[in-house]
Amino acid sequence: MSDLQYKVVVGLEIHVQLCTKSKMFCGCAVEFGAEPNSRVCPVCLGMPGVLPVMNRLAVEYAILAGLALNCRIARRTKWDRKSYYYPDLPKNYQISQYDLPLSAEGYIEIPLDDGRTKKIRITRAHLEEDAGKNLHAEGNYSQVDLNRTGTPLLEIVTEPDMSSAAEVRALAVELQRIVRYLGVSEADMQKGHMRFEPNVNLIITRGGRQYKTPIVEVKNLNSFRSLERSVEYEIGRQIDEFLETGRTLEIGNKSTRGWDDVREITVLQREKEEAHDYRYFPDPDLVPVEVDEAWLAEIQSRLCELPLARQRRFAEEYGLSAYDAGVLTAERETADFFDQAVRAGGEPKRVCNLLTQVGMKLANEKGGGIARLGPSTQAVAELAKMIDDGTVNATAAGTIFAEMVATGKNPAALADELNLVQKSDAGELEAMVDEVLAANAEAVADVRSGGKKAGKARGFLLGQVMQRTKGQANPKVVSEILGKKLG
Amino acid sequence: MEVLSLRALRDNIAAGRTTSVEAVRMVLERIGRIDTMVGAYISVFEEQALARAAEIDGRIAAGLPVGALAGAPVAVKDNMCTAFGATTCASRILKNFQAPYDATVVGRLSAADAVIVGKTNMDEFAMGSSTENSGLRRTVNPWDTGRVPGGSSGGSAAAVAAGLCAAALGSDTGGSIRQPAAFCGVVGLKPTYGRVSRYGLVAYGSSLDQIGPLTRTVEDAALLMNVIAGHDPSDSTSVCESMAPVSDYLADLDRPVEGLRIGVVSSLNAGADPAVVKALDEALAVYRPLGAELIEVELPHFDYAIAAYYVIATAEASSNLARYDGVHYGHRSKQAEDYVAVYSKSRAEALGQEVKRRIMLGTYALSSGYYDAYYLKALKVRNLIRTDLVSAFERCDCIIMPVAPTTAFNIGEKTDDPLQMYLSDIYTISANLAGIPGISIPCGFDGRGMPIGMQILSPAFSEDRLLRIARMYERQTQWHQRRPDMG
Ligand SMILES: [Zn+2]
Repeated sequence: MSDLQYKVVVGLEIHVQLCTKSKMFCGCAVEFGAEPNSRVCPVCLGMPGVLPVMNRLAVEYAILAGLALNCRIARRTKWDRKSYYYPDLPKNYQISQYDLPLSAEGYIEIPLDDGRTKKIRITRAHLEEDAGKNLHAEGNYSQVDLNRTGTPLLEIVTEPDMSSAAEVRALAVELQRIVRYLGVSEADMQKGHMRFEPNVNLIITRGGRQYKTPIVEVKNLNSFRSLERSVEYEIGRQIDEFLETGRTLEIGNKSTRGWDDVREITVLQREKEEAHDYRYFPDPDLVPVEVDEAWLAEIQSRLCELPLARQRRFAEEYGLSAYDAGVLTAERETADFFDQAVRAGGEPKRVCNLLTQVGMKLANEKGGGIARLGPSTQAVAELAKMIDDGTVNATAAGTIFAEMVATGKNPAALADELNLVQKSDAGELEAMVDEVLAANAEAVADVRSGGKKAGKARGFLLGQVMQRTKGQANPKVVSEILGKKLG
Repeated sequence: MEVLSLRALRDNIAAGRTTSVEAVRMVLERIGRIDTMVGAYISVFEEQALARAAEIDGRIAAGLPVGALAGAPVAVKDNMCTAFGATTCASRILKNFQAPYDATVVGRLSAADAVIVGKTNMDEFAMGSSTENSGLRRTVNPWDTGRVPGGSSGGSAAAVAAGLCAAALGSDTGGSIRQPAAFCGVVGLKPTYGRVSRYGLVAYGSSLDQIGPLTRTVEDAALLMNVIAGHDPSDSTSVCESMAPVSDYLADLDRPVEGLRIGVVSSLNAGADPAVVKALDEALAVYRPLGAELIEVELPHFDYAIAAYYVIATAEASSNLARYDGVHYGHRSKQAEDYVAVYSKSRAEALGQEVKRRIMLGTYALSSGYYDAYYLKALKVRNLIRTDLVSAFERCDCIIMPVAPTTAFNIGEKTDDPLQMYLSDIYTISANLAGIPGISIPCGFDGRGMPIGMQILSPAFSEDRLLRIARMYERQTQWHQRRPDMG
């Protein structure tokens, strides 16, 4: 056992719900939490005689995501029917894309914990319609809610390029950030906008030989936590199983497991991969989609700087820490706000601190993004400049920011109004320092002795001056005066 | 009282010589008297039809504008959805099904002020050539009640022939308008695929299905085409009018096609009854003095049409009919112990033999391992047939051939031999596979007094010329004026 080594191999299938107003093939509203079966029409109910009509915006969103994932965009694609019987699928076939996916052969770059990045290959990304929801009620029956039926989904399939649970999580988080940046999905986990299905197995080396464990697909995970934990769990479980049974990967022994959120374990659902025959064939009710040069160019023009590139730029160009750059780029709105405030003349680190330490907290409390908080990017830049030139200190700036949110007034006016302008007048401060030195002879002696207590005593004296000025003295100026007087 | 043509009737109503109520009442009276014998209708909307007629009469009396059909009584095949009454497809699985919407053609009929008097019998889900596959009713041929009316639009053809409506709509997937029109001695037009919206037509073979008129005269067919043809945004396969403009099919109807070149395929006559061949020869002789030139053309892949058709149509049907599962609407088995049994038992109990046979054929053709050998190969054959026709039309304006190898056969004659039944579609199927229009017009009677039809095929979207060519013949002959003696 001691000589056992293993490598983790994970590929992901991700379903991302696109945020179009209407469904993929009918005019019904895409809406979460509406009265069951209230967002339906004959088309999404699969009534006899209905025909689907493609939602062009959903295709554009899917292409945009494909471009961001560095995929090759198909110039001609089509719709296929995938047949299977299930009560939440009214037509008993799903309109999907089989052999001509809209996007293929791309990659996503994910940030790793050590600051490096890793490229995970994307096999394909195609569009399809979602099914409804079966509600298993008490008693001997189930109910079906078809509000979700026909919602546009982007199914993204990666190559098995991830080698830890942390990488799997990083990919999921990065993908969420990307689709939100592009504005193609709200990617709200609570609303099931992103669903994950990792395929996990291990390559075990023992006694100089290599063994591959059977692949396990964990179904329908809808949080980053359950995704990460389920992969972690599978790694442990598969090692145990290998030691116990020695079972290795064979054709047809891929199994499906579900995630038990309470016990935090995966549970076997299907032992052997069923020979599913979905009888794919081109949907005769829809015409093939031609993506011409002009259309593609138009969609391409909507691409924005992607989050990871932006995070890198914030760190390199503005000298922000990786952590701060990550926080600022988590949402496009924050990153845009930061960029604009910096462009308006705010010193990047000051702006960063104002946003991460004050602005984002206030925005969170209000339950909205930073842009909707109130203060303009110019006002925040101005506030940053006031810290820089010593007009106010950082603490006062925080107070001013909060007041800007509350009153909508500009920072200079508020600094005056709230009496928060720092005292930097050397003459005035010198007199105050003299008073403090006179009143604290012991501390003065400690400083002058240059002994162990000197540093602490100097801090004490500075604090005394600040207290007298009610925090409005510019600590830099006070420090300089103290230095001059105490040598 | 003589049952008039649609054109004459609407002219008379519009001019105040008769009323819509009078016309509708007469048709309802005839239905009450003889439809117990003919069996053309699955449902009749007596009250609604009279109310609608009265409303239209009111408008005419007030001098207000009325639509092109001015209150004339028409029938629609029971596979077109109506927001009123049931839409059964002559299947027990939809016996009590109430559609929540009107098919596009139904909406167009109503907008043209047609009065829909009832919905006509058919082979279950339009699968059949004799209407004997109806799960709800038997329809007989008005010319000989021991014979079939043809199918699958047998109810519509019989209703027109027996004067139980002024005109009717049918649907044609492999000959289902043209063959019953020939068997019942009326005019039947299958338009180009994409000319008439399929929205609301319960799908059988989606890439082949097309709605068209069954009428007493070529002029009536042109009149109905004026009402139903045109682009529909709800049907992605309906063709944009910018690509193929819709003509006023009545405008030039009486103008003969000058220098008409008629394509004939002599080799095809071998499979037809001598009476049919003779009638066709005589019909061609009618065209000659009108300046027509007969040109021998070849359709090398004609013999493969039936095989290709029964793969493509059944493959599409197996998917289209998957939704009739007892879960959301339609018949649900009372014996089902779980949801899988709801599917299997509901379908086993309520679908007819022929429908089950075709679902199985189609499921097989789409199954993995067989797809290439059957479905894909059938698509290739379809292309060859289309190419054959396109090259034939480089040399001629139309092709004339029989509609069916025989006249109407006896009830029960072919029900035990599905292959014999399939062969009765041999002349009509190619037009569906190629998507081109075809018309069947009366051209004589056999020794037993059963009507014979002549089929004219023309290039895609040339319905205007096709109707003119048919009209040239109709003006020279009286076959279309004969009516069965129904008392
Ligand atoms: Zn809908």
